[in-house]
Amino acid sequence: MSHADMTDIATNQQMPGSSDTKIRARDVHVFYGQTEAIKGVDVDILSNTVTAFIGPSGCGKSTFLRCLNRMNDTIDSCRVTGEILLDGGDIYDRKVDPVQLRARVGMVFQKPNPFPKSIYDNVAYGPRIHGLVSNKADLDSIVEQSLRKAALWDEAKDRLDQPGTGLSGGQQQRLCIARTIAVNPEVILMDEPCSALDPIATAIIEELIDELRENFTIAIVTHSMQQAARVSQRTAYFHLGNLIEVGQTDQIFTNPRHQLTEDYITGRFG
Amino acid sequence: MVAIADLSAQHGSENSARKLKRRRMAQLRLQTYGIMAIGFAALALVTLMWTVVGNAFQAMSESYVTLEVPLDDPELVSGDAEALNRFNYDGLVKDVLKAEFPSASGRTQRRELYDLVSSGAQFELREAVLQDPSLAGQTVTVELLASDVADLYLKGSYGSLEARPHEGSLSIVPSEDGDTFQVTSTTPDFAEALAQAKLALLDQAAFQRNQARLQNRGVEVFGRQAEETADPDERKRLLAQVETRSAERDRLLDVADGLEARARQDGGAEALDTSAPSVLLRVGGGWLKMIEVNDNGGIAEPVVPVEPVESLPADAWGYFIHDLPEASRKVSDRQIVWIETLKERGQVDTVFNTRFFTAGDSREPELAGIWGAAVGSFWTMLVTFLLAFPIGVLAAIYLEEFAPKNRITDFVEVNINNLAAVPSIVFGLLGLAVFLGFFGVPRSSPLAGGIVLALMTLPTIIIASRAAIRAVPPSIRDAALGLGASKLQTSFHHVLPLAMPGILTGTIIGMAQALGETAPLIMIGMVAFIVDVPTGITDSATVLPVQVFRWSDFPERAFEARTAAAICMLLLFLVLMNALAVFLRKRFERRW
Amino acid sequence: MTSAVFLFIFVLAFVFLFLARQRATAVAGGQLASLHSRPNYHGLYAFLLTVIGGLLTLIALSTLTDLYIDGTLSRSIADAVPDAPRIERQLILSDAKSIATGGVSSAQDQLRQDIADRFGSLETMRTWGVALLSLGIAVMGGLRAVRGITPEFRARNRSEGIIRTILAICAGIAILTTIGIVLSLIFETLNFFNNIGWRVDKFLFGTRWSPLSGVHSGEMDPDKVGAVPLFAGTLLITAIAMLVAVPVGLFAAIYLSDFASKRVRAWAKPMLEILAGVPTVVYGFFAAITVAPFIRRTGESLGLSVASESALAAGLVMGIMIIPFISSLSDDVINAVPQSLRDGSYGLGATKAETIRQVVMPAALPGLVSAVLLGISRAVGETMIVVMAAGQGANLTLNPLDAVTTVTVQIVMLITGDTEAKVAAGPAFTLGFTLFCVTLLLNIVALRVVRKYREMYD
Repeated sequence: MSHADMTDIATNQQMPGSSDTKIRARDVHVFYGQTEAIKGVDVDILSNTVTAFIGPSGCGKSTFLRCLNRMNDTIDSCRVTGEILLDGGDIYDRKVDPVQLRARVGMVFQKPNPFPKSIYDNVAYGPRIHGLVSNKADLDSIVEQSLRKAALWDEAKDRLDQPGTGLSGGQQQRLCIARTIAVNPEVILMDEPCSALDPIATAIIEELIDELRENFTIAIVTHSMQQAARVSQRTAYFHLGNLIEVGQTDQIFTNPRHQLTEDYITGRFG
Repeated sequence: MVAIADLSAQHGSENSARKLKRRRMAQLRLQTYGIMAIGFAALALVTLMWTVVGNAFQAMSESYVTLEVPLDDPELVSGDAEALNRFNYDGLVKDVLKAEFPSASGRTQRRELYDLVSSGAQFELREAVLQDPSLAGQTVTVELLASDVADLYLKGSYGSLEARPHEGSLSIVPSEDGDTFQVTSTTPDFAEALAQAKLALLDQAAFQRNQARLQNRGVEVFGRQAEETADPDERKRLLAQVETRSAERDRLLDVADGLEARARQDGGAEALDTSAPSVLLRVGGGWLKMIEVNDNGGIAEPVVPVEPVESLPADAWGYFIHDLPEASRKVSDRQIVWIETLKERGQVDTVFNTRFFTAGDSREPELAGIWGAAVGSFWTMLVTFLLAFPIGVLAAIYLEEFAPKNRITDFVEVNINNLAAVPSIVFGLLGLAVFLGFFGVPRSSPLAGGIVLALMTLPTIIIASRAAIRAVPPSIRDAALGLGASKLQTSFHHVLPLAMPGILTGTIIGMAQALGETAPLIMIGMVAFIVDVPTGITDSATVLPVQVFRWSDFPERAFEARTAAAICMLLLFLVLMNALAVFLRKRFERRW
Repeated sequence: MTSAVFLFIFVLAFVFLFLARQRATAVAGGQLASLHSRPNYHGLYAFLLTVIGGLLTLIALSTLTDLYIDGTLSRSIADAVPDAPRIERQLILSDAKSIATGGVSSAQDQLRQDIADRFGSLETMRTWGVALLSLGIAVMGGLRAVRGITPEFRARNRSEGIIRTILAICAGIAILTTIGIVLSLIFETLNFFNNIGWRVDKFLFGTRWSPLSGVHSGEMDPDKVGAVPLFAGTLLITAIAMLVAVPVGLFAAIYLSDFASKRVRAWAKPMLEILAGVPTVVYGFFAAITVAPFIRRTGESLGLSVASESALAAGLVMGIMIIPFISSLSDDVINAVPQSLRDGSYGLGATKAETIRQVVMPAALPGLVSAVLLGISRAVGETMIVVMAAGQGANLTLNPLDAVTTVTVQIVMLITGDTEAKVAAGPAFTLGFTLFCVTLLLNIVALRVVRKYREMYD
């Protein structure tokens, strides 16, 4: 991916110090039956960067996020056109198995959704189904590392065999993050991960996201502009299925190029 | 120790691709199990429907035998209405049959002959005469209802008599004893009959071998026990058993060998008994039944008398084989000949069976109908509806609109849910003990049945009605209450009408369940044999599903078709009720 | 007679309804607004008083006098034949009743004739007495309502109070039914245990079931009322049924909820509903006509000896009957597992099969367990299939190719058999009571599990 290729996309500017483009989307359209939910989106998601998708509700930001690991495949009426490249490979290629793709592009959801199993089994679930480890000791170590990375180890280490549903909301969400980390995906998609949490739990998760950036590429959908400002380096603004503007977070919040973005940022609508 | 960061390397690796293949296979397996499960259910349903509809077909037609009946008995001619009523029509019908086939002699043959016509035919004849007394003195052409056996033969249930090709000229010579005839054809026309007889021998041989096998198993078991036992007396006893069994086995095997040898050899002659195919000959107006057969002929006995003939050309005689042995069918060779004769003379009619839909129950399959049961079902359902619907709706209104939230209400709810799952037979016992025993409701009556079914249906109706009432939005209630209506007025004037489609749908589904219910009604005596069509809710009655149960228990084969036809009627009513429920739901149900 | 009285009470009620309405209008004197309640409510009040007074009297008196007559006659029988055992005294009474109503009795003698005569005269008196009294009370109720009409009278509130009570009573009928079931079953059960000298252990653990043999000599023989063969037969058939229904129903539900396309669902769901709507007597016919002969032929061609009423045939068809039951209940619980859990699993790269096996199934487990429990309760209580396709002899065997009998079959045989009803009722109702207890237990556990489960995801 050379710089010259991207010059015609004015909104895309490489972040200094960042390596290169992890996911590259071109002319993505999403249809639910007859309705077009995403109307031609071009965006690049850079490695080891947190990219925030913001916009009024119903603007298609979550839908777009779910395209990035083909979660929309589970909906019968949903149809995706255009091109989404992960490290240069088309993820909608016939040969790509969504199951494999999702091991590389993990996802954390709006509502914490731990499985009705023990904390340990929740985290071990991914490595087990993908057959990533061959013995119990390795699995133990992966569970521990994941929980540590998700900043949950200290709270959970004494109750690994207790059901994950017994944790508090914020802990549950961190458990879900740990669960995602355990298969070590390259990209983590987060769909409003804090919307169901209280401010303290939110703060912990936001801190966590910032730490995770070191090892993962993160795309986060959020309805809170403050959150986008706090955690992300790049921000994309969606409006009615269109990508209006994408750029460095500072620039979007201080000097938006587009009137719609400015109206949204300044709270004219939401 | 594995570092998480290393795991990424595995994504997309060859190893992971191989694992993925296995995982996809597991998925495919699960999916296949699912398809197999659906397929099994579909297969069961199709087989079930096929059994029912396929069997029911036969009951849709009935056969009549047309005979000339002389109503010239002096008793009839001179008689008043009372004499017409009392006259022995049974004897008359039998006389007519005897006149039709005078060759039938002896008790057995006579009985076979009389069995061609239903025992109900005489009553129909009497009805006809009573309807029109002027018939007395005339000779009238009457269609007499055929018996179940004759009817089934005509429908091909007992196989059919098939004409066989033949070329030779036939000679029939009375044998010395005078009862039988020596039959000879100029060509080996009877080779086929002989071959069939030999096939029957092979069947018999196979049966003997199977018996021998069972005996042999005994030999093995007793032999082993004899070896194991320590007690000398016991051993002696066991060895004696082994002895007798092996002797019996060898005898059976010898018999089988003999049979097979006879079957294998060419030519020869075979006796045709009741377990062999029937071979019949038609010569002029008469019929012969072969009792021994060789390639060119054999020995035959007359069924309908024949005259001895010489060199009858091939086109002047008929040669028929019925490959179902006489012992395996209810209809005898003689009866077949009579029926075929009648058919040829155009005296047999098969018409649509209206009787089945208009008659009450009967012990004779050809007379039995479902009208009585259908009317019984109607009365029973009427009682059920009149009780269960109002009580169910009122209870639902109370529970949804008025009941305080307390333990008693909770208890009522738990109770209703549990009642919905109590086995139906227990409701039957309740009806037996409480309504028949304690309140003295008449036994076998639709009233008793209706009460029991109402109690059974009640939970279904209450649960459905509550759901429908709950679906009415509170704003409607607020609006009515705001205008000064009392809570009761609100419920009855506003909530209830809006909930009615849902309530009716639930009620119809509950009633459909009740319509198919059998066990509790058996408990309260609705299984009794009732010929009359009930005229009210206190008459003795039976209902469709119980009728199905009763008929399926009868040994006569013709009842099988009638059972299936009764099931078809029952299913038809169920389909209609469910269609009505679906219609109501589609047409009136509102989503708030 | 009773139904005539019944109808006449309603006629009276309508008469009083009109009377009350007219009188209310008259009392108002053209100014309807002066009435507290509209004339219709006065009419309704009169109607309710008439009907309730009349019907309550009718039902109460009919029942009480019935009991009284039975009691009196029983006492005179006891006086006449003090040595006869209880069962025989009951027999004499029911015979006498049969004679009086022109029915068939098991024996005829002077005592029976005397009792029959007394029964006849008492019965006539009773009929007329009850009719006159209930009509009288009905008229009194109606008159009271009509006379009490004044402009201030709160007819609406009064009638609404009455109707509310009626509503509550309707809701209470569920409880009454349960009480009725329990009482009627317990009464005969105690009677039966009394007749076998309180050897309850013989009933629960005995292995010989032939309760009606040797009963004419008086008491029942405790050694012949062992219900174990019945329990074993029921269990065997239920087990076969569940072996068919649980895997098929469960896999069908899984397939329909997570794999099937809309088109497949559109025909598969109605198909299962049709299967659920087929009356059990039809399944019985199917078992007897098609399945049992098929199994017999298949078995014989394999060299096995198969009873023509094998447990396998009955169990198999019962399993088919329960498939839609299990599949629809499982479908409900599987669908109740939140989509977010499935998403979570897919998001980690799990396949559908893994998601179902490792996430959906464990989450739905309580619901599935309760579905299976309800299915078992159905199978245990199912009557027609076993009556038509299972055996009648009480064999103690676990071989599915043999004929076994079940609790429900025995109840039907006892009740519909030729034995005097009073005698057969004992063992039949005791079996019924056992059945009721077992199914009730299963239902309560299942409903409780499912309720807990609902709470978990609501």
